[in-house]
Amino acid sequence: MTDTAWIDNALTSARPQAVGALLRYFRNLDTAEEAFQNACLRALKSWPQNGPPRDAAAWLIMVGRNVAIDDIRRGKKQAPLPEDEAISDLDDAEEALAERLDGSHYRDDILRLLFICCHPELPATQQIALALRVVSGLTVKQIARAFLVSEAAMEQRITRAKARVAEANVPFETPDAVARAERLAAVAAMIYLIFNEGYSASGDTAEIRKPLCEEAIRLARLLLRLFQSEAEIMGLTALLLLQHARAEARFDSDGAVILLDDQDRTRWNQKMIAEGLALIDKAMRHRRTGPYQIQAAIAALHARAATPEETDWTQIDLLYGALEIMQPSPVVTLNRAVAVSKVRGAEAALDMIEPLASQLSNYFHFFGVRGAFLMQLGRNDEAAVAFDRAIALANTSAEAAHIRMHLDRLQRDNQPRDVTAGK
Amino acid sequence: MLYAILCYHDEDHVGSWTKEQDAAVMSKLAVVQDKLTKQGRLGPVARLLPTTAATTLRKDDPPVVLDGPFAETKEQLLGFYVVDCNNLDEALDVARDLAKVNPGGAYEIRPVGMFTPGSIAT
Repeated sequence: MTDTAWIDNALTSARPQAVGALLRYFRNLDTAEEAFQNACLRALKSWPQNGPPRDAAAWLIMVGRNVAIDDIRRGKKQAPLPEDEAISDLDDAEEALAERLDGSHYRDDILRLLFICCHPELPATQQIALALRVVSGLTVKQIARAFLVSEAAMEQRITRAKARVAEANVPFETPDAVARAERLAAVAAMIYLIFNEGYSASGDTAEIRKPLCEEAIRLARLLLRLFQSEAEIMGLTALLLLQHARAEARFDSDGAVILLDDQDRTRWNQKMIAEGLALIDKAMRHRRTGPYQIQAAIAALHARAATPEETDWTQIDLLYGALEIMQPSPVVTLNRAVAVSKVRGAEAALDMIEPLASQLSNYFHFFGVRGAFLMQLGRNDEAAVAFDRAIALANTSAEAAHIRMHLDRLQRDNQPRDVTAGK
Repeated sequence: MLYAILCYHDEDHVGSWTKEQDAAVMSKLAVVQDKLTKQGRLGPVARLLPTTAATTLRKDDPPVVLDGPFAETKEQLLGFYVVDCNNLDEALDVARDLAKVNPGGAYEIRPVGMFTPGSIAT
């Protein structure tokens, strides 16, 4: 590996800890980011000559802080100066730094950095963009590409999100246990959003958006290393790994969706599956179940089945039942109905989803699933109506194409009957 | 004399390899391993899952189970076992049995991702 590749890697790994510490120090996101940027520039000059420091993050925090303080003292800084209280902090900086580097603080530093990206007033897409920029350090260009928008539009989105965050006044004190748990839950949800942004890509964009899934897994692992005994973070990490393990098998060469039952299971990534299964195993010992663990357990039952026929649908039905109680939502019930259709048949499954019709009247998957159940029951005309509705609601061309395939099959099946039915 | 070669690296770094990069390293390693296998000199080879999948049993009385890898620096790696278990609980039971007869220190229990048993000529 070349010098620059090694340094690049080290800077990326150190980024959340370093920016998190600098943010606590300067209490201003732009100042913290700029300080980190300056430290990176120095690292690029110094590390190839002097060799890498033993602790890259500590080096970057120290250098970033010193450069920023020099700038402030020389009055060269173009950005507004930090509040007086932040500057008066500088006197006991060494002591504070020593304290920070002992590791007891950096958990909360990184958590805070992630947490400010989850401000409830920020729309999901802005939360994700901000986290990818600030925490992961992806360039605006890389993020814009993953979101399939122009660089200028993404720049604007991130700038807006930052302005919103600056007004939010996230407290800088070390959070108590309750506040920490709340932050953790918000951050976990955001990481899952990042993953889904990549995972819900259609076949033609899946490759471009894959880095979002990989970044989400990296952040989940980071969080788990900081909070090693959090069963739900184990569950989240397992869930992402088990879902992403199927990435290679989810689309055909034309970018069309391949459903779970039809996927070539030899293309599932066994390494990710092994890690996901090990993490659930570990989480279960805590007997503090939660939505991520349950969803991961469902994904694990799929991952464990070498063929679709071997899938333990009874267990999946039970797990969705538990999830329904924990996190009642029509979408969860809809997913459960798919398991029910395998265990008790399409009739029972259809009964289960009928009450959801009003809540899910604009939801693509509702009509896709409903159509499939009706088709299994031979109620082809009703199925066709449901599939038509699904196509109208499809989010991606791949989704629409998949439903069209069902419709074509229905039409083929229907033709002879239409002819004989006459008038 | 048998020698154990223990592999250390930054797991963030290795974890960031793409599937292709990873495969390239593994196939280069396979060449070296093949040579040793043909000479009957290669014992078991294991690739461990990331430390996030690790659990540690501190051999106190009674033993304490902690999430995460072994993190102390005042103790050194003195040996290892590879055991076949259905789940983490079974592995912890094995570790507890071992701890009973050999207290002090800790066992880190880490799932093995890839394993070849090897065969050393006797």
